[in-house]
Amino acid sequence: MTFSPELEKRFAKLLQSYPEGRQRSAVVPMLIYAQDEVGACTPELIAEVAKRCSVDPLQVDEVIGYYSMLHRKPQGKYHVQVCTNISCMLVGGEELYEQAKKKLGIGHKETTADGQFSLEEVECMGACSWAPTVEINYDYHHNVTPAQLDALIEGLKK
Amino acid sequence: MPKKLYNEPSPLETRVVSKRFGLENSERLDTYLANDGFKAFLKAREMTPEAIVEEVKTSALRGRGGAGFPTGMKWSFVPRTSPKPKYIVINADESEPGTCKDRLLMEYDPHQLIEGILIAGLAMDAHKGYLYIRGEYRFIIDLMDKAIEEAYSKGYLGKNIAGTGFDFDLYTHSGAGAYECGEETALLDSLEGKRGIPRMKPPFPAVAGAWASPTLLNNVETFSAVPAIIRDGGKAFADLGTPKNGGTRLVCISGHVNKPGVYELPLGFPMMKAINEVAGGMRGGKKLKAVVPGGSSCPILKADECDLPMDYDTLAKVGSMLGSGGMVILDEDTDMVRFALRIMRFYAHESCGWCIPCREGTTWLRKILQRFDDGGGRKEDIPLIGELSKNMLGRTFCALGDAAAMPTQSIIQKFSEDFEKRLAQEAVAV
Repeated sequence: MTFSPELEKRFAKLLQSYPEGRQRSAVVPMLIYAQDEVGACTPELIAEVAKRCSVDPLQVDEVIGYYSMLHRKPQGKYHVQVCTNISCMLVGGEELYEQAKKKLGIGHKETTADGQFSLEEVECMGACSWAPTVEINYDYHHNVTPAQLDALIEGLKK
Repeated sequence: MPKKLYNEPSPLETRVVSKRFGLENSERLDTYLANDGFKAFLKAREMTPEAIVEEVKTSALRGRGGAGFPTGMKWSFVPRTSPKPKYIVINADESEPGTCKDRLLMEYDPHQLIEGILIAGLAMDAHKGYLYIRGEYRFIIDLMDKAIEEAYSKGYLGKNIAGTGFDFDLYTHSGAGAYECGEETALLDSLEGKRGIPRMKPPFPAVAGAWASPTLLNNVETFSAVPAIIRDGGKAFADLGTPKNGGTRLVCISGHVNKPGVYELPLGFPMMKAINEVAGGMRGGKKLKAVVPGGSSCPILKADECDLPMDYDTLAKVGSMLGSGGMVILDEDTDMVRFALRIMRFYAHESCGWCIPCREGTTWLRKILQRFDDGGGRKEDIPLIGELSKNMLGRTFCALGDAAAMPTQSIIQKFSEDFEKRLAQEAVAV
């Protein structure tokens, strides 16, 4: 597989980060960085990461089901993650998640028909003092109200 | 431009690890150097490794990740003369519900963390470090990569650091979404490219950690406190807190208060003062119902139990923990059935499945609590929840099973009236 020069640079750096003969360590970071570019952990990507880390494809495959951020099918262009864990729940996280479902017309781990948005109810994202929190792709949004969430989504539609 | 803080600081804070937060370009090395940066490393370079560890012991610093183990003691367990390479692993998997402090230490003062890691490297004779950051914190990983790059370019990482002849390489390692990987042995498996599953202890990571080599593993905040300890002396740090509970810590206050935020408070700071003065008191003038003192794993405290100093030993005495510093404040309107359910949904989702009491226990508790919340609760469910939780305690490789059981038991014991109220409502509905 061919990747962008930036990703290749990252891969090269990762592979030399770990002690000699321990390149299996690069498996999870390589998958998550590559997934951003490829769109999902495809069988082709699994084989490629296995080859580069000198491990069996099964050893790459088996981590995918374990880590919640790794996925085999593509998500929406904008992956909307709403936290409903305790700190968020106390200040409106569940209402925010309901609003997101209504606004996008999809449920947990679903994607809109046009592939623009996907939604996920997530566990604590580490923004408890500025709750409720939404992360869209890798961007954190703090103290989000339902109206602000609507505006955020509208802004991304353009 | 001074970087905007996520919340206003409080005048009641004692800022040690957060003292550079809010400075202009606080994330840059020159800002760090102009504000006491790397003085501690140069001082440590002149000390023996034993003296460094001794200074950390004197500071009475205890692990800021959750367990509160004395840091100096942990440092002394690593066999620095081992012929194997030694590694420093930094736990930045910050995932305990209620906790949001390590990200600030990396965002606002990455070089303080790097200096703390280097001092640990000197003490352990280690020359490589791995900073394991949760995958959701991609922006923090990018910031740390930039800070590390800057440190390399100016000679504060790599070969012959600051002309001292000491070499050290530091790398970031991205997680990919797993609470369990905050547990130190699961983190090590994850670092090795596997599913994050806890290991049998012993051997402890100090002896056989990353790639079966001696490994020192501490939380971001723990390493970030080290430069101040070496620079100003362990005693000065210890004196900020209470006996055996040295220094200050970042307390993340969330929930039903007027000014939720992350505040640096000395160990032993009164809990009610933290709620009423630091965090601006209860929102909407409501009454306090309960406090989760240190992240969702900690047994909950009823309002009338909260008049106490926040240190590890006092919290242990009342049957709870100071944990990771995530203080969640609940007002009188909070429904404890829903609260217990949300906690259990989390642990059932995050249980790695390795140990059956945890995998099955969290799933069954989630189902029972869900049924209760949906209006199908039975009187016998209340003791059943307590019994199931009890059967999980101490029967798993890591603490996740305990972390799910302990808050649940405390909620059932202390707030059984919330459960009984639901049963009474059901009876009326029928």
